[in-house]
Amino acid sequence: MSELLSQPRRRRYRPLGYWLQNTHIDGLLMLGLLALLTVSMVVLYSSGGEDIGLSIRQAVRMSIAFVVLFIAAQIHPDRLRDFAYWLYSLGLLLLIAVLLFGDMGKGAQRWLELGFMRFQPSEIMKIAVPLLVASYLSERPLAPSFLRIVTALMIIAIPTVLIAKQPDLGTAMLIASAGLVVIFLAGISWKLIFSFVAILAAAAPLLWFNMHAYQQRRVLTFLNPENDPLGAGYHIIQSKIAIGSGGLNGRGWLQGTQSHLEFLPERSTDFIFAVIAEEFGLVGVVLLIMLYLLITARGLFIASQAQTSFGGLLAGSLAITFLVYVFVNIGMVTGLLPVVGVPLPLVSYGGTSMVTLLAGFGILMSIHTHRRMMSP
Amino acid sequence: MAINSHLALKDHLRERRLVNARLIFAALFSVLLFTGVIIRLVVLQVVEYDHFDSLANKNRVDIEPLPPQRGLIFDRNGVVLAENMPTFSLELVPEKVPDLPATINALTELLQINETDLLRFHEQLKQNRAFEQVTLRYQLTEKEVARFSINRHRFPGVDVVGRLIRHYPQGELFAHAIGYVGRINQQDLLIINPQNYKGTLQIGKTGVEKQYEDLLHGTVGYRQVETNVQGRTVRELKSEPSHPGKDLYLHLDIGLQRTAVEALAGENGSVVAMDPRNGGILAMVSQPDFDPNLFVSGISIKNYSALRDSLERPLYDRSLRGHYPPGSTLKPFVALAGLELGVVNEQSRTYCPGWYSLPGHSHRYRCWKHQGHGHMNALDAMAQSCDVYFYDLAHALGIDRMHNFLDMFSLGRKTGVDIPNESGGLLPSSEWKRNSRNQAWFPGETLIAGIGQGFNQTTPLQLAHAASILAMRGTAHTPKLVRASRSGGQQDLQLMPSSEPVTLPIQNADNWQAVIDSMVEVIHGQRGTARHIGEKMPFNIAGKTGTAQVFGIAQDEKYDAETLEKKLHDHALFIAFAPADDPEFAVAVVVENGGSGSKTAAPIAKKMIERYFNLPAELTAEQLEAIESESLPAPSEAVIDE
Repeated sequence: MSELLSQPRRRRYRPLGYWLQNTHIDGLLMLGLLALLTVSMVVLYSSGGEDIGLSIRQAVRMSIAFVVLFIAAQIHPDRLRDFAYWLYSLGLLLLIAVLLFGDMGKGAQRWLELGFMRFQPSEIMKIAVPLLVASYLSERPLAPSFLRIVTALMIIAIPTVLIAKQPDLGTAMLIASAGLVVIFLAGISWKLIFSFVAILAAAAPLLWFNMHAYQQRRVLTFLNPENDPLGAGYHIIQSKIAIGSGGLNGRGWLQGTQSHLEFLPERSTDFIFAVIAEEFGLVGVVLLIMLYLLITARGLFIASQAQTSFGGLLAGSLAITFLVYVFVNIGMVTGLLPVVGVPLPLVSYGGTSMVTLLAGFGILMSIHTHRRMMSP
Repeated sequence: MAINSHLALKDHLRERRLVNARLIFAALFSVLLFTGVIIRLVVLQVVEYDHFDSLANKNRVDIEPLPPQRGLIFDRNGVVLAENMPTFSLELVPEKVPDLPATINALTELLQINETDLLRFHEQLKQNRAFEQVTLRYQLTEKEVARFSINRHRFPGVDVVGRLIRHYPQGELFAHAIGYVGRINQQDLLIINPQNYKGTLQIGKTGVEKQYEDLLHGTVGYRQVETNVQGRTVRELKSEPSHPGKDLYLHLDIGLQRTAVEALAGENGSVVAMDPRNGGILAMVSQPDFDPNLFVSGISIKNYSALRDSLERPLYDRSLRGHYPPGSTLKPFVALAGLELGVVNEQSRTYCPGWYSLPGHSHRYRCWKHQGHGHMNALDAMAQSCDVYFYDLAHALGIDRMHNFLDMFSLGRKTGVDIPNESGGLLPSSEWKRNSRNQAWFPGETLIAGIGQGFNQTTPLQLAHAASILAMRGTAHTPKLVRASRSGGQQDLQLMPSSEPVTLPIQNADNWQAVIDSMVEVIHGQRGTARHIGEKMPFNIAGKTGTAQVFGIAQDEKYDAETLEKKLHDHALFIAFAPADDPEFAVAVVVENGGSGSKTAAPIAKKMIERYFNLPAELTAEQLEAIESESLPAPSEAVIDE
């Protein structure tokens, strides 16, 4: 009550807050995102061989992505909830279309040619899966029953399998985790979680011994790429050299030798973190990680403040998935995780994933800024 | 309604607590994960920093040698005899080529690389280390360079490299004296400092190129460069320039050299001309010759075997290594020995009936003139080359006294000329025969040795050198090809340090004059064996003809050129110096199987003398002009303290 009373006064003194509230923009989140995108432009200029064109193209994509964010922020969470089934169905249709008519790119079938642009339907699923799972689970009081959990798992499994078949293991994993996070936040019992983990652990050896030798080799290479220094391991070896040689303070902007001399592959996309580590050192990457953590923290705060469990589940899933992206990418580049081709969110060069991510943040802002218009 | 609302609210609060608990758990778990990530980064960037830093440097820094430019070689007039020509060659670094066989196949298609190139390449490949460049193809045309450049991206580790390679603009003319450079091989690697030869592909193999390798090569420089992943240079970090080798100025004269080749007119043989005043070799020709340019970038097996297996032996440097009996050209030295040792004097006479027999023996040693020369003194005997006089003299001297005296003229041993592979020859002595053949010396052998036959073996260079010593009345300069050197970028020449001349210990200076007078008589005397070359000469020439038997003729047989095979014909020899009283020019001519020294060898020496003194020359005005236009202005000389 006192909050409501104090609002008009605050509006008078803080016109920016008023403006932001009415456009459904969350100022802190926006600040974090803008900071991250500035980092992206600066690093891309260096990793792209001091080609300003790369930064400009990235800036253009960013602008488009911010328009999407702005639009997403205007949509009331309840409308989004109504829309969940349709979006999910559309995503599934497009995924099947991709498997049937998709363009090949870098050995994987992910793209749909729409004439004016190339489109990656798996991006829709990044939003659609957590959206539908959150919507579905929040239909009934939490925590969900076993049956609903199984249904939710089915919702997650179908697109995950389709995307994994493209093959795009990285995205499949991210989409699965986005859905699973919702189930986790919805209050699935720890007993059930441990049971699933135990079943998986038990199934793994069975699966392993039923694989052909070449499949086993592929799995081993996947898990430890450094065994194959000229093939899969080359990326990771070069990226470790780049990161390690950055040292505490880095070589300085535009001074990274591994990236500028093209020793580091995919340096503007999946391995851009290595460029940052080489040029800005440990100090730089820790600051960057802090920025990511702060953005996520704001997302989690928004989730905790959500007034519906649907909003809380969706916001929490989007925030945590964002951090999962970061973790998977950095883990891969530093050699902690297998190479799965996940870009560093909002820093790596590339349009589609940026649009999806900012759409997600738009939803987060919408959940936060539409709070007060709902009756408790 | 109220209850429902209450329940809904309670429900909502319970759900919110549940979700928030999970959110807090997720946040804590995330912090835990990222703590792990940061620990990983600390390990990489702080703990293992040195390791990765050195890996990064190894990744990118390459040290490239900058080979020095090889010094040029000029003749005495400044005509270029050896230069460096820019060429493009296709080189690859095996280590940096991902798929060598496929790359070579593709390149073969692109640039027509033939069997010989491939063979040479594979040979090189085995010898080199993986990170050293190997040449796949030399002397690319501009078109081929362009064709490769377009396709360069397809061939990582392969590049067109512009290099300077040695070129001998005079071709065959100086093949033996200057020699040639060739690829550095295993034996060369044992001698050279490999550090200094990084990036150098060629090294002097013979002649001046080999002897003066240290001066010609120069000092290698370095370039520290940053390379990208394909090994291509991106930018230079620092460099230390190379120092070019020194240019060499020779005593050799291109005009004399040409004259000698023309005068030999296709005959096998050798002409060596020297300046007796300083030992400088003015001409050194061995015929037949070969094109040294063939060897520069590795001679093909076919070409090499053709040169090696030729019966004419073009690779064989006759002037340095050809062993010829000196024949009568030895007589002036024997005569000097006789005079000096008091065995004869200028007036002593010997009767020549056309043959000579040792006291108590019946074997007749024949004079070349079967009817005999009659009474001969030293002067006549020299002019007419009477063998009997010298049989008698040799017998009186005895082999060992003769050997010891002639040895002072470096006959039958190395002269110490400044190019490698000189051969000694043989000046026989009783000691030599005992040691090498375990046989006693027979008195008859002394007679044969006295006329330069038998065991005597001398090289044309030794003959020219001995003639020079004679010309200088006993002052011996070591023969030298290189006169001076010049450091890169400098104008002044530095004269080569020369050893002090040796003066022969001759007691009576008149003896020199007596012998030289007799040699003048050979050319200017009425009965001189080479009197036909002395006409119209503005000064006196001292000379001696020689005809050396290639095989022995039995007692009653007669040498008949008509019925003999060419290769059994006598060698024609001639030594001379001019002017006789103030010598500037000494020459030795050997024409293999040329027949008579007087008819074949003497005219060649005459042409050399005419050329040297610019007497009515056989060169046409056009040729002279051509030579002059090739000549560069001779650099000024700076005499260095010795």
